[in-house]
Amino acid sequence: MIKKLTDYIKVLDTKDDTTPRSKQLFGLSALYNTPNEIIEAAAVVAGKGYEKFDVYSPYPLHGMDDAMGMKSSKVGYVSFTLGITGTFLALLMIWWMSSIDYPNIIGGKPFFSLPPSIPITFEVTILLTGIATVLGMLILFNKLPKINSPLNDTVFMRNVTSDKFGIVIKTEDDKFVENDVKNLYLSTGAYDVQPIYFRESNLEKKTPLFDKKFIGALIGTAIITAIFTYLTLNIVLYDVVPFDWMWNQDRIDSQSKSDFFQNKAGMRPPVKGTVARGFLPYEYQGMPDSSVKSLANPLAMNKKVLERGQDRFNIYCSPCHGYFGEGDGRLKGQFPKPPSLHSEKLIGWQDGNIYHVITNGQNVMPSYAEQVSSDDRWAIIHYVRALQRSKNASDEDMTKAK
Amino acid sequence: MDYQKKPLPSKVGTIGYALLGIGLILTIISFMTNIQRALFDYLWMYMFLLSIGVGSLALVALEYLVGATWSTPFRRISEFLASIIPVLLILVIPLILGMHDLFHWTHKDVLANDPILQQKEPYLNTNFFIIRVAVCFIVWLVFLFLFIRNSQKQDITKDPALTKQSIKLSAVFAILFMITLSVSAIDWMMSLEYHWYSTMFGVYYFAGTLLASFAAATFCAVNLNENGYLDKRMGNNNYYSFGALMFAFTIFWAYIGFSQYMLIWYADLPEETFWFIMRMKGSWAYFSIGLVFIHFIIPFLILLPRSSKVNPKLLVIMACWILMAHAYDLYWLIMPTYFTEGFVFGWSELGVMMFAVGIIITVFRIRASKTNLVPVGDPKLNQGLNFHLN
Repeated sequence: MIKKLTDYIKVLDTKDDTTPRSKQLFGLSALYNTPNEIIEAAAVVAGKGYEKFDVYSPYPLHGMDDAMGMKSSKVGYVSFTLGITGTFLALLMIWWMSSIDYPNIIGGKPFFSLPPSIPITFEVTILLTGIATVLGMLILFNKLPKINSPLNDTVFMRNVTSDKFGIVIKTEDDKFVENDVKNLYLSTGAYDVQPIYFRESNLEKKTPLFDKKFIGALIGTAIITAIFTYLTLNIVLYDVVPFDWMWNQDRIDSQSKSDFFQNKAGMRPPVKGTVARGFLPYEYQGMPDSSVKSLANPLAMNKKVLERGQDRFNIYCSPCHGYFGEGDGRLKGQFPKPPSLHSEKLIGWQDGNIYHVITNGQNVMPSYAEQVSSDDRWAIIHYVRALQRSKNASDEDMTKAK
Repeated sequence: MDYQKKPLPSKVGTIGYALLGIGLILTIISFMTNIQRALFDYLWMYMFLLSIGVGSLALVALEYLVGATWSTPFRRISEFLASIIPVLLILVIPLILGMHDLFHWTHKDVLANDPILQQKEPYLNTNFFIIRVAVCFIVWLVFLFLFIRNSQKQDITKDPALTKQSIKLSAVFAILFMITLSVSAIDWMMSLEYHWYSTMFGVYYFAGTLLASFAAATFCAVNLNENGYLDKRMGNNNYYSFGALMFAFTIFWAYIGFSQYMLIWYADLPEETFWFIMRMKGSWAYFSIGLVFIHFIIPFLILLPRSSKVNPKLLVIMACWILMAHAYDLYWLIMPTYFTEGFVFGWSELGVMMFAVGIIITVFRIRASKTNLVPVGDPKLNQGLNFHLN
């Protein structure tokens, strides 16, 4: 079957071009037998002042650039520009990802630092340089793809893609005179000189991108790639486990069993007397109000503390006490109404008394020691003081606020 | 082959002797005024000469090993530069005598109170150190003798079998070179801070060594050929590979240097980081940042375009630049142990460098006066002379 297929391709490959050719000349082609001849011929053609010509050979020839009088390619500038762009794009990307979008402390290093970014920067630089070089060379400098060139499918092209060397001077060259060119070719040792005519489709200025063959090839490639990708990902690789050795480690996950301990519990309770951060035990825990020696508020009053206090107050206190501490919270009617925080008694209280109530609870109010850390409790007290002052603002406060 | 041997201009000899003389006098005065500083300077100079000498020998072997043809017309230059190895055998004597001043690990009282050093003692002791130095010299001298003998015999006999023999020697030397060079780097430079270790240190010195040898060969080859001492057929395109290899090894050096730094930075272990912290102290911080620019960024950007790799004037300048950068790199590796507060560059540092350059020029001139500058009998020579870039 494979043989049949290759034979079929061979037939397609050697089939003569039957598309109709016009009478308008594209250029004059010549074929040579050896690389030395073609290099000499190219040098002569370039020496005579022809500019619109090209040389075709099955493999790269040393010395051809010089013989054709070609200047060195400018593709390096494209590579360099894109390479530098890659360097800065990579740095920008790493900086944004590691310090803005998803800051994560790894090994006690800063969120963004240069040393670990260099390898990625290097890789992106090389990637963009490589892509820029290949695409820039093919598209910008070689002007490929040339899908409907008059040279395609000619005898000339079949020869220069196997074992011959060819040259074509185009009619668009100012110096092109058919007989002169023909004599020039013959004098440099060409064994075959053939005129190449435009296809009729070339003259109609139809853009070759919409050529049926070309579109067909594109669609065919897309379908084959899609099917192949689908089969690979969904059938061949479906059951393959990606590397998971960081996930499946020899460790005890939370809430899981362990035979190591006698009670088979993987998780261990903290040592007796362990204190969580921000939850230092209150020394008057569970004692009546009368025995309390009033503590001073350890936090300084500033904007940050007040904002924290407001935030915590609105979450934990406002459901009953109301947003302004007047005892008209959202749970009005479901629970007994708490007294206003603006009473003479409360204004007269020390900060330590309020702290004691939040920590121990009072009457119906439960203890909030579990939910609100001690620093947050003190911040709430600052905020309550601010609320109280707002209800009894002096003239001086008003002028200050203005 | 119509090679006509021309003697080097007498000016070269004068410059060589002048530098050698002034350098030697300054070095001697330096030894009389401050022996420890003089020893560190001298070690710096010795490592620089070792780079050029042993590195050039490696280039000779490399050419045989990979069958390079472009470099065949220039091979004699590397052979001449490698001929400083016998001189190194004399130059190493003051270092061996001054080991007590250079290396802290030689002190008996330090060894007695340092458990880490006691663990390293089987390797890091004076006797074994001297044995290693001797073995390295034997390897280098034997291969230097064999390569030069084969190469010069071929000038007369034109026997291709000698090239084949040299290829086999090169394969052996390539392995021995890597080992001896790494050992030299570890012994002479890494052991200055005997607590510190880096598995990349040998490769780091190797990268600098080959880079410096390429630069030295470039400087001599381009200058000689431009002034008509080699062969008229060779032009700018023959220099391309020198430019490309200097460029490549500049990047290789940066790659190795960065890898060493990044791994130590990442692991952040106190027994490794202190070496870099020493090089970040005081004015050393500027020196370290300068190293990145002088040794990598500037030569990288200048040598990047193809046009600069075939420009003889630029290549000569860059070769000098890279040799200077290599000396700068070695200074950075060696000197922070002595100048702990910040780098110092005085007349005694200048003196040893003049001495080093004087030695190279003088040895080169003496060798060039007796031997053909081009290996006229080498079977690869014509291919090298007719080298085409595209």
